[in-house]
Amino acid sequence: MIRFDAVSKHYPDGTRAVDDLSFEAPTGQITVLVGPSGCGKTTSLRMINRMIKPTGGRIWIDDQDTAQMDEAQLRRGIGYVIQHAGLFPHRTIVANIATVPMLLGWDKHKAEARALELLERVGLPPSFAKRYPAQLSGGQQQRVGVARALAADPPVMLMDEPFSAVDPVVREQLQDEFLRLQGDLGKTIVFVTHDIEEAIKLGDQVAVLRGGGNLAQLSDPAHLLAHPVDDFVADFVGRDRGYRALSFQESPQFPLAPEPSVPLGAAPAQAAAAARDGWVLVTDEARRPLGWIEPARIMAPIRPEMLQRGGTVATAGGPLRNALDAALSSPSRRGVIVDDQGALLGTVRAYEVLAEIEGRARPELDQADVEGSGLQPAAEPPG
Amino acid sequence: MTWFREHFADVLSLAGQHAYLAGVPLVLGLLIALPLGWVACRYRALYPFLIIGTGLLYTIPSLALFIMLPLLLPTKILDPRNVVVAMTIYSVALLVRTVADGLGSVPDAVNQSATAMGYKRVRRFTSVELPLAVPVISAGLRVAAVSNVSIVSVATLIGVSQLGSLFTDGFSRAFLDPIIVGVVACVLLALLFDLAILGVTRLATPWQRAGKASA
Repeated sequence: MIRFDAVSKHYPDGTRAVDDLSFEAPTGQITVLVGPSGCGKTTSLRMINRMIKPTGGRIWIDDQDTAQMDEAQLRRGIGYVIQHAGLFPHRTIVANIATVPMLLGWDKHKAEARALELLERVGLPPSFAKRYPAQLSGGQQQRVGVARALAADPPVMLMDEPFSAVDPVVREQLQDEFLRLQGDLGKTIVFVTHDIEEAIKLGDQVAVLRGGGNLAQLSDPAHLLAHPVDDFVADFVGRDRGYRALSFQESPQFPLAPEPSVPLGAAPAQAAAAARDGWVLVTDEARRPLGWIEPARIMAPIRPEMLQRGGTVATAGGPLRNALDAALSSPSRRGVIVDDQGALLGTVRAYEVLAEIEGRARPELDQADVEGSGLQPAAEPPG
Repeated sequence: MTWFREHFADVLSLAGQHAYLAGVPLVLGLLIALPLGWVACRYRALYPFLIIGTGLLYTIPSLALFIMLPLLLPTKILDPRNVVVAMTIYSVALLVRTVADGLGSVPDAVNQSATAMGYKRVRRFTSVELPLAVPVISAGLRVAAVSNVSIVSVATLIGVSQLGSLFTDGFSRAFLDPIIVGVVACVLLALLFDLAILGVTRLATPWQRAGKASA
């Protein structure tokens, strides 16, 4: 557990980077600090490992006051990941990962063995061990950055926009793998981002900061989307929050319509016979959906490049958002639902998903009414 | 060429002396410039003072320095150590800026992450900052090496022998051969220094070539 107790950072010129900030980052959870640039989120993060010294208040890790600890010892016990990874360009990947174990005085072989284990853990091949950072892509470097932070198995990790500098596809992969890793490791993580989408995806709880390091709201993502405490937070969480909130609601067992499908290479006549409303789904041997096709428009057996791939697929029992998106994005208007292996189960229509949403009580509303939004910080004066 | 063949052993010994007088100060100068450069880089307010201050040393005419040093040091006028000290001063003059800029070229993110990993100041300097500053420092060293090889020849005028002695010898006898041999030997020596520095730099920076190979 990391606890901010009335922490401030005022600079001599009068700038207040962080002002009287108090909150708790619970053990084994991801706490995301999010806010516009200049809101003091990075300053707050760096005060935890004392890269920046607070001018007021205290920061506790479990029951230890960080100000009383030896700085180097404190930092060796905290994993740290930054944008662009900040790897040491002159050291091989394995040496980079082994940095903290070596600083802690581990035996060299033990440190290297640990580094190789982590290399695998973050999904990189052992052949990367002897390469230098410049030989890796941005996404790969970022994985090494995560491995390096984990090397000495610290209970606490600080992450400063670790995934912002990579392209969107890689970012999403890294986020998913990060969540999977955290599921196994259960570190106490403080994560800084300016991207509310990322905050909501990764955070067990999200702290929205406004200029000058003021905590505007601290709550779990679903509650944050449903109940922004004021206009600032409402603006910051953005327009699509009703839609995004569906990410936190599981789909029920929809009454799936059976969907006929044809394989690649099927003749136009075969496809036409199977089509409903002019569209037919094409699947591979394992019945995984590949794309939609309009048999009326094809003259030859189905080839991959003929497929309409615009439709997303949703996993049965996954978030309602995915089911709705599958229906909305499907060229046939039939949303494809698959099982855990990705094999076709059937289709669902947008109105069926909407009916489910309409019919649902909004549990987060009840929670707010009963608890009086107990997760929020001391009430801000309105306006 | 006949002259060269007859005096080959002499030329070789003069070249050895020359290499010593130019090379040892280079190493000493680097050792002195490292902490000064670190201070200039770490405390930005001191940077201009240190850089201009040490840079000014380079403008002292070498002959004046060679003659003045025995007055300041407990050395005799003919002592080669005067030359070593003078050349060290010139090396420092050239290298402080190089070291400061080399350390300044280390990316901020790398320094930040080194600190965040729990490096203490001295170890961070020796195992992160210095290795990364090697390419820039090496470029400065090459300049200083060539400059040293050239300036040392002036020491002939205070009676310390090295390749420069060939110039005065040739001049006093109006005989061109030793002068030409001396110039060629100086150039070769400078080239040798350059190659040696390049070689050491290559060994110390395998990561630089790896980076380029993939780019």
